[in-house]
Order: sequence, then C-alpha cells, then structure tokens
Amino acid sequence: MKTTYREAMRSALQEALQQDERVFLMGEDVGRYGGCYAVSKGLQEEFGEERIRDTPLSESAFVGAGIGAALGGMRPIVEVMTVNFSLLCLDQIVNNAATLRHMSGGQFSVPVVLRMTTGAGRQLAAQHSHSLECWYAHVPGLRVIAPGTLEDMRGMLRLALEDPDPVIIFEHNALYNREGELAEDSSITDIRRAAVRRNGSDVSLICYGGNLHKTLDAAEQLAEGGIDAEVVDLRSLRPLDDETILASVRKTHRAVLIDEGWRSGSLAGEIGMRIAEQAFYDLDAPLARVCSAEVPIPYAAHLEHAALPQVDTIVEKVREVMGQNV
Amino acid sequence: MSEFRLPSLGADMKDATLREWFVEPGDTVTKGDSIAAVETDKGIIDIEVFESGTVKEILVQPDEKVPVGTVLATIRSGGKTQGHAEPRKAGVSEDKQAPPEDMPRALNIQPPPGGERKRISPAARKRARELSVDPENIVGTGPGGAVTLEDVASSAGPAAPTGTVAGTAEKQAEAAASSMRRAIAAAVVRSNREIPHYYLSTSIDLTPALTWLEQQNAERPLPLRLVYAILLLKAVAGALQKVPEMNGFFMDDAAQVKDDVHVGVAISLRSGGLLVPTLRDVHRKNPDELMAEFSDLVNRARSGHLRGSELQDATITVTSLGEQGVDTVFPIIYPPQLAIVGFGSIVERVRPVNRAPQVRRVINASLAADHRASDGHRGALFLAEIDRLLQEPERL
Repeated sequence: MKTTYREAMRSALQEALQQDERVFLMGEDVGRYGGCYAVSKGLQEEFGEERIRDTPLSESAFVGAGIGAALGGMRPIVEVMTVNFSLLCLDQIVNNAATLRHMSGGQFSVPVVLRMTTGAGRQLAAQHSHSLECWYAHVPGLRVIAPGTLEDMRGMLRLALEDPDPVIIFEHNALYNREGELAEDSSITDIRRAAVRRNGSDVSLICYGGNLHKTLDAAEQLAEGGIDAEVVDLRSLRPLDDETILASVRKTHRAVLIDEGWRSGSLAGEIGMRIAEQAFYDLDAPLARVCSAEVPIPYAAHLEHAALPQVDTIVEKVREVMGQNV
Repeated sequence: MSEFRLPSLGADMKDATLREWFVEPGDTVTKGDSIAAVETDKGIIDIEVFESGTVKEILVQPDEKVPVGTVLATIRSGGKTQGHAEPRKAGVSEDKQAPPEDMPRALNIQPPPGGERKRISPAARKRARELSVDPENIVGTGPGGAVTLEDVASSAGPAAPTGTVAGTAEKQAEAAASSMRRAIAAAVVRSNREIPHYYLSTSIDLTPALTWLEQQNAERPLPLRLVYAILLLKAVAGALQKVPEMNGFFMDDAAQVKDDVHVGVAISLRSGGLLVPTLRDVHRKNPDELMAEFSDLVNRARSGHLRGSELQDATITVTSLGEQGVDTVFPIIYPPQLAIVGFGSIVERVRPVNRAPQVRRVINASLAADHRASDGHRGALFLAEIDRLLQEPERL
C-alpha cells in the first residue's frame, strides 16, 4: 500500500485508540488543529475531545499528567511538539517516569508513550530543529526508539504501548511527507533489535531515524564506486543492540556512524566506543562519524543543509575510511 | 615503567637464549601474557610478563644468550610514567600523568610524520601475526597509508600463508625437539655425575584402590572421571608428610627440605622427548582438583603451550611408565631434587590374601633418592607409607 510516514503514524494512532479504550492522545494542538505536523488530523472528530485532548502550553504539566494517568491505569500517548520543547518537561521524564519503577521497588510501572518530533531540514530554525535523542538515550529506565522505515512508523507505536515502562518515540520531521510502499506484514517491526537494511561487505554504516534514507542513498552511490556498504538501522537508541552492531563490524572491519546529533557527547560517540571496546582487533580502519556541525541549527536553507549529515558527506567520509583519496 | 627480566625457570638455571618475541614495542600486554620464548636447558619455554602495560623497548634480540636477571624489555605500566627513564618537558610536574606524546594518538587521518609508529590496523596486525608476516615491511594502502587486512593478505601472496606457516612451524618443532634432547641430556648427566642414588622397590596391591576408583567413576560423567595416576600422586604427597626428607632440593652442599609438595609429573611427548610440568600443592588438593589440573597440564604440554612458571619449583618428581608395559622403573633424580618415584604397569599377580591365593592387581613402586640427604631406612618407610595409603583410597 502506498502511503506517507504521516499517514502511517496516524493509522497506528487510530488502531491503538480503537483497540484499547485506555489509550488516549494529548498534547499541544493535537485536537482541533490536528497536530502541528498534521499527524492527528481528523482524530478528534472520530474519537472525541475526551480521547484527543488539547492541552495548555505547559510541557511539564501535560507530560506530568500523562505520567499520572499511566500510573492510574491508562495508556496515554503524549505528543511533545518537538524534542526542543521537551526540555521543559525533562524533570517529569527523567526524575519521575524513568525512576518510579525503581523507587517503588517494582510496585509501580509507568506505561506512558511519549512521541516527539526531532531533527532539522525544514527551515524551522534553532529552537525547533535539534536532535537531542541521545540525552534521553543516556537515562536508565527509558526505552528510546526511532522509526526509520514506513513499517516501523506504522508498527512501533503498538509495541511501545505494550511496554510496561516509559517509551519515547522520536519521529524525524523530514520523514512525515515521505511516501513509500508500506509492507502488509506488520510482524517485521521490532523495537528491541537493530535491523540490517542493506547487506554489504566493506564498511558498516550505522544510522537511525531520519538519516536512514540518506545513508541508504549514500550506500547506493558508494556501490557505483565499488564500495559495498552495509547499512544498520539502530531502531532502538536505548538500549543499543550491541549484538547486531558488532556482528556487522566484525564482518566488514570498518564502521562509519551517522548521527544528526552534535558530535561531542553524541550517540555516535557511544556506539564508536562500544565498537572499540568489543571489536578493536576486528577493525581495519579508524572509526569515523558524520554528525551535525556544532552550531545551533541555522535557519538559512544553504546553511542548514551544510550543518547536517548529507549523502555527499557520508560518501566522502566512507571513501576516507576506505583509504580512497578524495 | 618496569623492567621485564629473564626469570629463573628453575633452581639450576643460569642463562637462556631468547628465541622469539610475541610482542613488539607499542603492544599492550596484560599480566600473565606469554610475551617471549626463551630456550633454556629444559627446552623452549614461553615466559610471562608480571605487569600490565605497554611494551616500550625490546632490549634483547632473538638468538642472544643472556644470564638470568637480564633486562629483556621495558614495560610502561598502566599509562603512568615513573622514574627517570622518561624524558620530561620543563613545566610538567613530576606527579603528572603521562605527557601528551605518550597518549594514544588521535585517529586523525593524516599520513604519519617521520619517526612515528607505522600505521597498521588492529585487524591487519592480528592477521599478520597469524600468518607470521612482519607488517612493518608491508606497504599500506589504507587511510593515512595504514596497512590493512587486504595489504597483509596480498603481501603474504596466494599460496604463501599456508606455506609460510607450515614451514615455520616445522622448523620450530625441529628446533624444539633438538633443544629438548639437549636439555634432557644436560639434566641427566648432571644427575648421574653429582647425585649418589640409592634405589628401592616394592610391589603394591592396587586392587582396593582400583576397585574404589571404578565405583567412583561409574557414578561420574566422562569428563569428571579420575585416572589412577591421581591416587598415586596423592599417596606420594601423603607419604611425604611422614617422610619429608624426600621432598626438596640438594643445594649448596645441604638438603633443603620443603613443606609444600609440588610434584613434577613426567609427561612423554608423542613427538619424542619429555616435559615435567609441576602440579602444585598436591598435599592440599583433593583428587578432583588434581584431576582437572592434571588433564589441563597434559593437554598443554602435548600442544606445546606450557608457561614457564609451570615448569618450576617441583620438589619431587613422579614418573609412571605404566602404559609401556614395564614392571619396574629405575628412575634418575631430576636435579636438584632429592628423590624421584617411579611406577610400572599394573599387572595381575597371584598373591596370598588371608592365607589363600588370589589374583590381585599389583603395581611396582620404586624410589631413587639422594643418599646425601637420606638413607635406605627412611626410603623404605616412605615406600611402605605409599603402600599403606593406597590401601585406603577413600581417604586420599
């Protein structure tokens, strides 16, 4: 079936709301306006104001309310407009949602699902464009996932709702309009294991979410130049699936990490370290990464483009690692 | 920084010839790693490093013969520098961590400036070692001119890898065999020249011990089954508690009797020759522990992977030629030890039991002891005690 990432998420929300009356959606402008990215358009007409709730502009209040509802037996889906705004409710997420199972000695679980848009590329400027996934991937008690394919956009929400603990889904805003063929088989989605999206023998390109397609495109270009790249889609940013990552690196002996976060303290840094710790003697080239420039993401289109990982910068970095002079 | 010195691998070892380094400057070593092979008059032995760190400098090259205690290499320990050997920059305080040039180099992709360590990828270095190829001599085509896996493979050539390995292994095996023969020769010549042996022998009824063993093994899974040699070793260690003057060394014109029983176990190699690795503290270990250590030692002795420390410190030797079908062994003491115990084959003999003839399984135990340290009377007591202990196998 031909569809977009936006529609895939909307139909996932629809299905969840239909199948479980404990599920409800809340967030800023998710109801009457249909969501800032139009993901929930039409859902309030279908499910009513009780279940598709517009909230005041207070992330701390409505994320806290979601955590409370989850503790009370509901299955809330809370939309935070972008990860940038989630800093206002960092306290609720890190100090409450992530800790309560531990602090109650396992008596309470917080089955809340937080959806956040992340990433740049749509000229939304520095307060709406950052990729802060790794801040959350740092925190024990959270599961952090990022769909990169249509199937994962359609299927991850169901799996996240089944999880008894808080799950954060990062949806890259550049994906929503993307169109593609959605496979019928919903069982191919997994929020625990990384997936090899392209098999290759020369180098492992490790990426997730909004950069998956850029990386796959880069792999195609590299193939024309005789470099056979493998593409690993992390899917889960916390916990990381070391097994799949290492199996790929042990096969190809090289790794380039693609991460839209800033380089310093990035998820790419963590993954690189795990490879160094566990597969050092399998490496045939220095590890390398393609991250965002360490600047607030610019508004101007050409500067924004220059600040982000792009197909050509991925290709260039891979050639460098392969010892091809560029 | 520490010094890696040629250790004494036996009370009588004076020097050794360095045969091979398994590491090179810059390699990281962990306490317990075998990092070099030396040839002593006991054969080629891997020697261990007793500190973790990085190999700084190799000071003795292969085929150099050096006395015990010689510094073979320097090891930079755990990232810190100490002492005076490290040049320091002005302004760096003495208690600071390693200066910047000692830190692992950032993996920036630049050609290495002159004098820097050659760039060889970790995987390529590992593969080169497996192929016995020196990666230093390979032209690198990887990033920054680094030697890659592919460079190692193509430099080894399509047929070379197996050929090289086989050739080297064969040569090494030959060298090891001839050096081992020389080592045995040196030890036995010294023994017969210096040690006035006396010999005693007695035949021991092993039926109770073997019956007990068979019952034990019937209840055990295959990997946990005991061999009868373990009972013999326990009996020897037990008898030494009663007659300690068989246990120790004769050095500087005097017997040095030891409390701890470390038994050298003579293991014949299929390729010829023999090795005598040490089972430590036999008197303190139960048969199961001994069995596990014994099979490990035998396996590694036969595959040539004993550590230097495992060939040291034996206070007595036991040799068993049971499989060869001989009745009695007349062994030669392994200097500077005080005694050696030999066991022949187990044979069926008609023996009187309670005044009636019975077919019993019997083994001949023999003792060769240093007459300077003990007399035949004590030797006889020692063998009698071994006999007595073997009649109560469950207590061993």
